[in-house]
Amino acid sequence: MNGITTTEEMHSLKDFLIFIRSELKPKGKILTPFNLISAPIILLGGVLILYRFIMGMGAVVHNASEYPWGIWIGFIVMVGVAFAGGAYVTAFIVYVLRGEKYHSIVRMAVLNGFLAYVFYAGAILLDLGRWWNIVNPLIGNRFGVNSVLFLVAWHFLLYMIAQLVEISPAFAEWLGLKRARKFLASLTLGAVIIGITLSTLHQSGLGALFLMAKWKIHPLWYTEFIPLLFFISSIFAGLAVVIFIGTVSFRVFDKDRIDEEYRKSWDDILIDLGKACAITMFVYFLLQVLILVHGKNWALLNTPMGYWYLTELMGLLLLPAFLFGWGVKSGNPAPIRIAAVLTMIGVIINRIDYSIIAFKWYLPFSERYIPSWMEVVITLAIVFTMVWVFRWIVNRVPILRKPPQWAIEQEQEEEEEIEGRAMALAPQLGLTMADGGKTIDLHKK
Amino acid sequence: MGIDRRTFLKGLGAGIAGIAPGGSLLPGRVEAAEAPGNKEFMGVIVDTTRCVGCRSCELACAEAHNLPIPDISDTSVFEKNRPTSETQWEVVNRYQTEKGEIFAKRQCMHCNQPGCVSACPVNAMEKRKEGPVTWDTNCMGCRYCMISCPFDVPKFEHNSATPKLQKCNLCWERLKQGEKPACVEACPAEALTFGTRRELIEEANTRIYKKPNEYISHIFGEHEVGGTGYLYLSSVPFEQIGFRSDLGTTAYPEYTKGFLYSVPVVLLLWPAFLSGVSAITKRKDNVRRKEGGKV
Repeated sequence: MNGITTTEEMHSLKDFLIFIRSELKPKGKILTPFNLISAPIILLGGVLILYRFIMGMGAVVHNASEYPWGIWIGFIVMVGVAFAGGAYVTAFIVYVLRGEKYHSIVRMAVLNGFLAYVFYAGAILLDLGRWWNIVNPLIGNRFGVNSVLFLVAWHFLLYMIAQLVEISPAFAEWLGLKRARKFLASLTLGAVIIGITLSTLHQSGLGALFLMAKWKIHPLWYTEFIPLLFFISSIFAGLAVVIFIGTVSFRVFDKDRIDEEYRKSWDDILIDLGKACAITMFVYFLLQVLILVHGKNWALLNTPMGYWYLTELMGLLLLPAFLFGWGVKSGNPAPIRIAAVLTMIGVIINRIDYSIIAFKWYLPFSERYIPSWMEVVITLAIVFTMVWVFRWIVNRVPILRKPPQWAIEQEQEEEEEIEGRAMALAPQLGLTMADGGKTIDLHKK
Repeated sequence: MGIDRRTFLKGLGAGIAGIAPGGSLLPGRVEAAEAPGNKEFMGVIVDTTRCVGCRSCELACAEAHNLPIPDISDTSVFEKNRPTSETQWEVVNRYQTEKGEIFAKRQCMHCNQPGCVSACPVNAMEKRKEGPVTWDTNCMGCRYCMISCPFDVPKFEHNSATPKLQKCNLCWERLKQGEKPACVEACPAEALTFGTRRELIEEANTRIYKKPNEYISHIFGEHEVGGTGYLYLSSVPFEQIGFRSDLGTTAYPEYTKGFLYSVPVVLLLWPAFLSGVSAITKRKDNVRRKEGGKV
């Protein structure tokens, strides 16, 4: 017994505590290459984080006075949030569009999104000089309602709660809390709809943060459409990350952590995700071209920054978009996987451009911001810690395997109940559509 | 669960009605025309044709705000262009121009509609009714004001565990007691003039009219970024004394206005739309189930 199915037999608090204790033990091999690399970095990062809070940011961060935001904002927050976009996109496909085929990956995507927000919101704390005041915009020690950042802060918080609600049934299944699961599962659709709305606004909101940095950002990157660009790119960024994490997860996790059907369906799902990526990336590309044409910035393309822009646009957007398309056409997952990695690199570069590379691009090299080694270590430590927590949860909670039998039954009962209610109501109301009042009577069918 | 045309239209109407007050849920934009308390903003003219580069203003500023006292006899500081810093709220710079050396002091411009104020998520940055833009300790240290300032003025104490944001506050504490800013009082060359913004613009225009050969016909700050509290006069184009010529006349908060106005619309319409899509897909599911197909 691996301690996976014991939740069924829990009757007393004592059983529960025994169960928790057994779950706290490490599962899987300890001395893996990944662990050997990541553990020291996490430890060193932890020490440096402590050092940062005692001595202030300047002790750890490269202080380039012209650059208010370094990699903690430019990479961890900006990229992290874009990468977490897979959660709202997948939730949209599965819960709103009811693409049941993709049910097997929704928990993975939402868990990844939730953890991303927890860790990257945590990283904001590092980057706030006066971090003890972080509660001010929430408790109303003056509300800066005109501020894009105020909006983003609130949406971060609310979306984290929404994601927690979305993922909570999995934890209830793990702990064998049947009634709690029933209640939490009933909240899912509402949380998903609120979550998508909040995501739309704060993904674009992160872009809107740069709207007032007008002359500070290179004209090839600065446009009034930054919010829209950030939103659309969060869709394919998030999906690319789901492809990446899915590919890795289905390989690295032990067989008993993963449902065999889920594993088999993955290649098929991967291709559909690739298709969605290709489409959104072409839309994004067209929008970029329109912006370029409207901005009349052609001449700037033939400058060093212009080459950089073209590298980003052609090499890390259009190329992966074609690779996705090729993979979809030929039904071959290999180019899709490569495209996903290229897309992720492209989004990382794009986000870093806004706060660092294209930000005050005209300054001489000596005045530019280059992250200190300590900033890099702390950043890596945060990413690795997130991977550890993700792994810890997937090893215990039904994320990549099917829920326990009782949960599946609970779900079916619920479905039937709702269906029964709908069937009873349908003939009375006469189900009608807004498109011309065509009545569909289900009972006739 | 049926939606017929009538209820659909009703819902649409209600949605649109909801948007209108939604827009007004975003209060508090400081419009130049409606200064709080109907009091006119105070400001300062910097007449760079009069400045002799003595840096008395720097000294007075440091004394007034407990900042490190600069050695104003040291002229080597002019060798390079200095930005303001966390220990210097204002600095005098020397510029080589077509009309020889010109000195100009730099500090917060005290915009009529400041980008930093609209950026601040906790209103730690505030445009006071007397005119100054001030900083308060409820700041989180996010530095979004620094991103958003068109003049790159706010400076952050990176090397402190309890950092403050440092910038000129137009001597707000002195203004409240009816005194002039320290720099204005200290200026021996009458290069600095303190007054209400309206008076200052009149005064600046008068100087230009009276001596058209000594000034270019442009008051920097009259229209730039929607108008600033500090106004500059110069004998040479302002690019030559370190100002950007591409700032535009749009007030900085305007750049995020469109986005912020779309927020209540999305908040209202998106959930409604998604619920609608969900209801439709649910119905399709049920139909398929009823037909005996697998979902």
